[in-house]
Amino acid sequence: MSDRGITAAAGTTPPLTVQSNAPSLFFGGGVTGLLSGFFGWFGNLGIFSWGVLKAAVTPPYEWRELIRQLDEVGSKSFPLVALAGSAIGVIISLEARYSLSRFGAKSMFPATLVYSVIQVMGPIITGLVVCGRVGAGIGAELASMKVSEQIDAIEASAVNPYRLLAATRILACILMLPLLTVAADASGLLTGWFAQAMVEPLSFHQFIFSGATFNAFLPPTFKTMVYGLIIGLIACFTGMNTRGGAEGVGRAATNSVVLGSLFLILADVVLVKFILVVFP
Amino acid sequence: MVTTLDSAMKQTEAGESQDRGEVVPVVAVEKLEKSFGSLRVLDGLSLSVNRGETLAVLGRSGTGKSVLLRIIIGLETPDSGSVRIQGQDIAGLGMDQMGAIRMKMGFLFQHAALYDSLTVGENVAFPLEHHRRDLSKQERDERVMQLLAEVGMERAIDKMPSDISGGMQKRVGLARALALAPEILLLDEPTAGLDPISSGEIDDLILKLQHEHQMASIVVTHDLHSARTIANRLALLDRGRVVVQGEFEDLQQSDIGFVKEFLKQS
Repeated sequence: MSDRGITAAAGTTPPLTVQSNAPSLFFGGGVTGLLSGFFGWFGNLGIFSWGVLKAAVTPPYEWRELIRQLDEVGSKSFPLVALAGSAIGVIISLEARYSLSRFGAKSMFPATLVYSVIQVMGPIITGLVVCGRVGAGIGAELASMKVSEQIDAIEASAVNPYRLLAATRILACILMLPLLTVAADASGLLTGWFAQAMVEPLSFHQFIFSGATFNAFLPPTFKTMVYGLIIGLIACFTGMNTRGGAEGVGRAATNSVVLGSLFLILADVVLVKFILVVFP
Repeated sequence: MVTTLDSAMKQTEAGESQDRGEVVPVVAVEKLEKSFGSLRVLDGLSLSVNRGETLAVLGRSGTGKSVLLRIIIGLETPDSGSVRIQGQDIAGLGMDQMGAIRMKMGFLFQHAALYDSLTVGENVAFPLEHHRRDLSKQERDERVMQLLAEVGMERAIDKMPSDISGGMQKRVGLARALALAPEILLLDEPTAGLDPISSGEIDDLILKLQHEHQMASIVVTHDLHSARTIANRLALLDRGRVVVQGEFEDLQQSDIGFVKEFLKQS
């Protein structure tokens, strides 16, 4: 009837019980409370993830909602990501030229810029930008639905909210992050090359292939699927666990971004090491 | 009456009981207990509803009336006790099995809980889109229009929930609850927060729908007048238990202090 899908204009019986009692991360008094909150939060996140995984792989599939979320996460994040990528290209260009010149390694500049953009800055900037835009949006949206009983209404209608709301959003984040990263990389390389060409004429082809290979591009780009998983999962978990009215909605939006960004950066530590080992 | 109930049992999953000629209630709740932290909300509550019957659950705020409905539809899990829907115990059912049970139930939330990003028509179409994929778009639209006409909201089909009044939202919520032609209707304070005229209209609407659809209904309400109007039977809750249940006259004749006080204040 509509292609707008279920959103807040601005929530298995067992998993919902888990959600309603989910503790906050780092919440509680004293060391015991802190540890209890910490492990309780991760325990509930694990149960939530299992619920979403089960819902995602069993029919009926929510294709229409997935397509709507792909548009929401992908198309609507594209301008922001491209802009951030462009800025990063210029910043690295300005900084790297100055630094490399000081060490007499000016000839390394194009390769340094290309590697910096595609291996480090492109993926992480894309992840953080999407976390800020999409993570906050999902967190606030689902939290708003939770406090106004719309998620309960979905469940009472015999529709699995994990399948309709969480799985589609998480999958959209996983699928769109690599594409957005390509956009950020392309923008960054273009502006980086442009900044370089303004000072020292160099063809774009020479600039790009000054050291970069296709294999160097693939692992960092596809690792952003993990970022997408983190952003979507944390935002959905936070949103669908919200309690406490308008304040809870605000807290869910904040936590989605803060925790999403934190876990994204922590995950990057592991992913970088993994890529260095597996794709030396 | 017995004939009606026997025919109703043919639709239930409690085939064995039916074969033995027993009358299986559509909803049977036994010794239900539920606590939130240290607060005990339900304390051994038992009640049942048969097909075509409307039970009004009355009581003070915080006595667990809404929690009872949420447990019946599986949105909350009881600490102990059992809930049987058409003879089937819902304890431990997975999401899909519970989904099959929920498709037999319609739930009107206290604040309607309409999807605020969808129009009135899309709200009513939501259950149909997910569970009646066999319907063509035209058939679905016709069904939505029919449901909205039943609750007198067909002219608001393209409006957003935020553009209609609380009473209208309840009507739309009722239409959505009826979308899958449920055998059980759960109504959480259908007249709360409405003016007397709107309350009366909602009561009339519920009576009309019950007459037409012959559902088993549980209505949670504070409104004694509304309860008398729409229910065959009333159950009065206090401290998580049913203090008394029966027809209004039974409540009037009760010697229990709380019952007398409740009726006096209502």
